[in-house]
Amino acid sequence: MSKVLKVAFPLGIVIVFPLVMHAMDQQFYISFATRILIYAMAAASLNLVLGYGGMVSFGHAAFFGAGAYIVGILAFEGVTSLWISWPMAIAVAALAALVIGAISLRTRGVYFIMITLAFAQMMYYVFVSLKAYGGDDGLSLSSRSTGLGVSLSNDFAWYYLVLVLLGIVLFLLHRLLHSRFGRVIEAIRENETRATAVGYPVYRYKLLCFVISGAIAGLAGALIANQTSYVGPALLHWVQSGTLMIMVILGGVGRFWGGPVGAGVLLALEELFSGSALLGSYSLHWQLPVGIILLAVVMFAPQGIAGAFAKKPQ
Amino acid sequence: MLSLRNLSKRFGGVVAVDGVTLDVAAGEVHALIGPNGAGKTTLIGQISGMVGCDAGTIIFQDADITRAKPHERVRAGLARSYQITSIFRRFSVLDNLALAVQARSGSSFSFWKPVAAERALFDEARAIAEEINLGAKLGFQASTLAHGEQRALEVGLALATRPKLVLLDEPMAGMGPEESNRMIALIGRIRAQVAVLLVEHDMDAVFRLADRISVMVNGRLIATDRPEKIRLNPEVRKAYLGDELAA
Repeated sequence: MSKVLKVAFPLGIVIVFPLVMHAMDQQFYISFATRILIYAMAAASLNLVLGYGGMVSFGHAAFFGAGAYIVGILAFEGVTSLWISWPMAIAVAALAALVIGAISLRTRGVYFIMITLAFAQMMYYVFVSLKAYGGDDGLSLSSRSTGLGVSLSNDFAWYYLVLVLLGIVLFLLHRLLHSRFGRVIEAIRENETRATAVGYPVYRYKLLCFVISGAIAGLAGALIANQTSYVGPALLHWVQSGTLMIMVILGGVGRFWGGPVGAGVLLALEELFSGSALLGSYSLHWQLPVGIILLAVVMFAPQGIAGAFAKKPQ
Repeated sequence: MLSLRNLSKRFGGVVAVDGVTLDVAAGEVHALIGPNGAGKTTLIGQISGMVGCDAGTIIFQDADITRAKPHERVRAGLARSYQITSIFRRFSVLDNLALAVQARSGSSFSFWKPVAAERALFDEARAIAEEINLGAKLGFQASTLAHGEQRALEVGLALATRPKLVLLDEPMAGMGPEESNRMIALIGRIRAQVAVLLVEHDMDAVFRLADRISVMVNGRLIATDRPEKIRLNPEVRKAYLGDELAA
């Protein structure tokens, strides 16, 4: 019974949230919630490699940004159908993950962190210098993707589409993590040498995990491009990678709900402290209170927020 | 079953393994002894594919595996345990063993079907847990086990891959006499199904278990013979056994 409630309660909230906000005439928060859902997907993809696979990728913005740019560039060239641009975004992000992963995964530890960061920064500068597609200024999309029969410019329709996609992604991730593949990925995180010694070709497993994660980040990128109707190099900047990582750490590394919870909490905190309602003119310094809360979570709940609420393992 | 021919490995200026030629026969417990730093663990690393070979060949069951990847060797039936316990510490005992069983039963590039539904995997893992006397600890996280139990799990992980030859690198390391006896009994039980190459410092265990003993000193094999002959070999006594056997 309580198990059903645990799922039904949050699910009910995310389903009725836009309706309530609409009734209260707070349209802004529908759009804000959509943004959280998109970042939840991106953070969940990072948690797959970071939390479950033990691969500390500090360049996940590369895949997120690549997905976004594919949608932006295709729209700029006149292709707005989501049936074309979104799968393309996923495919290109997966391909980028394949190339970057194939090289980076030959290193370990700090070197892996640095090399993934370096690749992402390289992609960032590529897009900065890509004058044909806006360079530094980025690209504005004239409208959201088409192809579903309903206008996605309608914030309701857009919210529910993103919600459904996030639901599908999380469901697939859940299946994956409990499959044979998921067990092997976690075993490699626990003890790579031992995983090799019992007979797993660990490099292949890690690379595939990295590509799957990149593909999901690419889809999230395609969504964020639509969300803001704008793509710019900032999406690929290392700060973006850092933000995703903070979300995962805040929510819970290697916890199933870590990514979504972290995305929700971080964006909500930013919103809370950067608006003038709470701090007045001090809201300019919103990073300070957010930083203090981050520190507190890391110090007092090292398993993250999702970890703090989970029951202790035996 | 396993033939090493002139196997060598140097690390910079240090020759860790120097032209080792060694045969392990089917059904045999072959002990490899020698003082610390003799190159025994490096040799085990070479046989299991974790350490490369500068020269020489490794033949396992009539196939040249000198350049084979570690996971290919496991699939061919060659498994190892580690001197320093190497287990999946945050997994339960059952999950540790099931994961090793999974490695050699079908593909693990499977993303949809829950692994928990695969009864055969866990049934076999349970059987191995019984074999290594951990049947009562299935649900325990590996990190919470006592040292001797972790050592048993270490060996269990190797056995779970159903090897034809298992390389045991100091399975009794750090064990008390009672735990050692249990390990000796375990190796005594498995020898019926699997050949064993045993690296061990516990001479009592070596002489109770081994069909043949090879002695390694400074990267070279100085003798390979039956235990009673090794005991009397003057070169071996001088290099290694001296104090212990004189007593």
